[in-house]
Amino acid sequence: MTLILMITISLTVTAGVLLLLSRDLFRTLVGLAVLGGAVNLVVFLAGRPGSLTPPLIPAGLDRLTAGAADPLPQALVLTAIVIGFALLCFALVLGAWISQREGHGAVDRLRRTEPAPQDPLKPPILED
Amino acid sequence: MLLLAPLLIPLFTALLTAVLPSRPRLRRGLSLAGVLLLVGAALALLAAVSQTGRLSVALGDWPLPYAIEFAADGLSAALVLVAALLGLTVLLYQIAIEPADREAPGLQPLFQGLLAAVMAVFLAADLFNLYVWFELLLMVTLGLLLLGGRPWHAEAAFKYFTLSMLGTLLMLAAVGLIYGATGQLNLGALAVASQAPAVAQGLTLFVVMLLLALLLKAGAFPLFAWLPASYHTLSLPLLALVGGLLTKVALYVLLRLTGQVFSTVPGFLYEALGWLAMLTLVTGVLGAAYHWDLRRILAFHIVSQIGYLLLGIALATPAGAAGTAFFLIHNILVKANLFLLAGLIWISAGHPDLRRIGGLYPARPWLALLFLINAFSLVGVPPSSGFWGKFLLVQEAFAQQRFLWGGLALGVGLLTLYSMSKIWLEGFWKPHPEPARLAEPQAQGGGGPWLAYAALGLSTLLVLALGLYPQPLIDWLRQATAGYWAGFGQA
Repeated sequence: MTLILMITISLTVTAGVLLLLSRDLFRTLVGLAVLGGAVNLVVFLAGRPGSLTPPLIPAGLDRLTAGAADPLPQALVLTAIVIGFALLCFALVLGAWISQREGHGAVDRLRRTEPAPQDPLKPPILED
Repeated sequence: MLLLAPLLIPLFTALLTAVLPSRPRLRRGLSLAGVLLLVGAALALLAAVSQTGRLSVALGDWPLPYAIEFAADGLSAALVLVAALLGLTVLLYQIAIEPADREAPGLQPLFQGLLAAVMAVFLAADLFNLYVWFELLLMVTLGLLLLGGRPWHAEAAFKYFTLSMLGTLLMLAAVGLIYGATGQLNLGALAVASQAPAVAQGLTLFVVMLLLALLLKAGAFPLFAWLPASYHTLSLPLLALVGGLLTKVALYVLLRLTGQVFSTVPGFLYEALGWLAMLTLVTGVLGAAYHWDLRRILAFHIVSQIGYLLLGIALATPAGAAGTAFFLIHNILVKANLFLLAGLIWISAGHPDLRRIGGLYPARPWLALLFLINAFSLVGVPPSSGFWGKFLLVQEAFAQQRFLWGGLALGVGLLTLYSMSKIWLEGFWKPHPEPARLAEPQAQGGGGPWLAYAALGLSTLLVLALGLYPQPLIDWLRQATAGYWAGFGQA
């Protein structure tokens, strides 16, 4: 189980970083999403998965049985998934808006906030 | 309840203002009432902390390492008050310069949301909870960046999002791994658990991941590219709020985590942090020297000031922590004041670029006076608040025989002076290139610009008071940070 998760995580991180390094706006965003999935798996793996004993205190006892699953990482992952999903939706809409307006999705041609200087010594004057 | 009030008040105000999209005046009134209430709650919290030393609430009726804890000590209570006062100044300024019916409907909810997230980070005592509040901070800032709705706003939001999201993911992974290594998320319990020698070894890498994420959010070298690419597109009162608080919040968490929680990490990390601080100082101030746009000059100065704050952390002693804490408070106020002044300069002279403006000294002498006080404070001319902040840091650097670090910190002050004198010479002394734009004050709305001047004047008085009589605050912060790096052997 741990080994499978580890291999999956390394493959996902590789894919995410590769996509993130691309100069295309949508690949970048998808890369962030893939990387987010990998990070969720990391958090999940950190909470020693594999136990099949539910984290419930049996009747008559006052503590968990040994080797019970840890519910906390799963709660953390759920929270992270919800937040990550919301942000991804937002980012995709933002990306669609930008590429529609600009007519292209090339990240290195997005120079509106930092236009290239015409003068070698002084920066360009930004319009307000 | 008192402890949670600074978080709950702006959160509820944000919700209330969000459901009133068609009532601009009511929205503003509610927002103002919320901020005034927030300042009151922050004062009450400070008074309570000065009596008990530390307040803490464990939510959900669970015993402590398991419950989600919020806590306030001297440092967080002081920062809560400073952030609340900054919120009040920014809101008064916004009311003064923009008529209510022209304000974007999303502005007030997002403004309150930012305050809520900042307060929550100051008060959270749980690692995962900190991550969640950083996410809220990211979302609210994205909203603020997009308020303008022009193409460059979208582009700035995209650039900010991509890098910040990377930092957030790194932070989440680190939080998960630290939980895996120690079995704790509560900061107090983590401080105990990370002392165990068996844990401490494996923990270093995860702590480094967490620190990297926070350095990215703080805008340290070489991870600050998002900051000058996005900040200057914000409208000016919001720029003051975001520029004053966003990076400083990450720095506060960095100080708290290194000093109080993971105080056993090996010494070479602090060595590395110190050199990062130096590179941040120098690159920030050189970036500022190149630019001529007021907003961009000040945005690069944020980066440079982050270097000073990191220097105090890299020294890893209670004295360094007190210096960083003092500098943090000074910097939040002065930086925001300078951004608000840049807004008034823009309104008075017609453009944010120094090459297109001038002649403000004869035309607006009060503006010139306010600028001088805040600029001298940023540079650190004695006796200003910036002087005391730098004095505490450089003194501790020299005491630890870090002469190069201390010397560079002083030298960067000179370059800061260069930027400030550039603004003074170009904006205030040089005659205006198009006098017609200066002579005719631009259309003012709302409560009139006098309210903006009044709010800025009060905030500047606070800066002045901090410079002329700093001892009570220094004592207070020394007491709050006395236990920092208690378990850290002098490496």
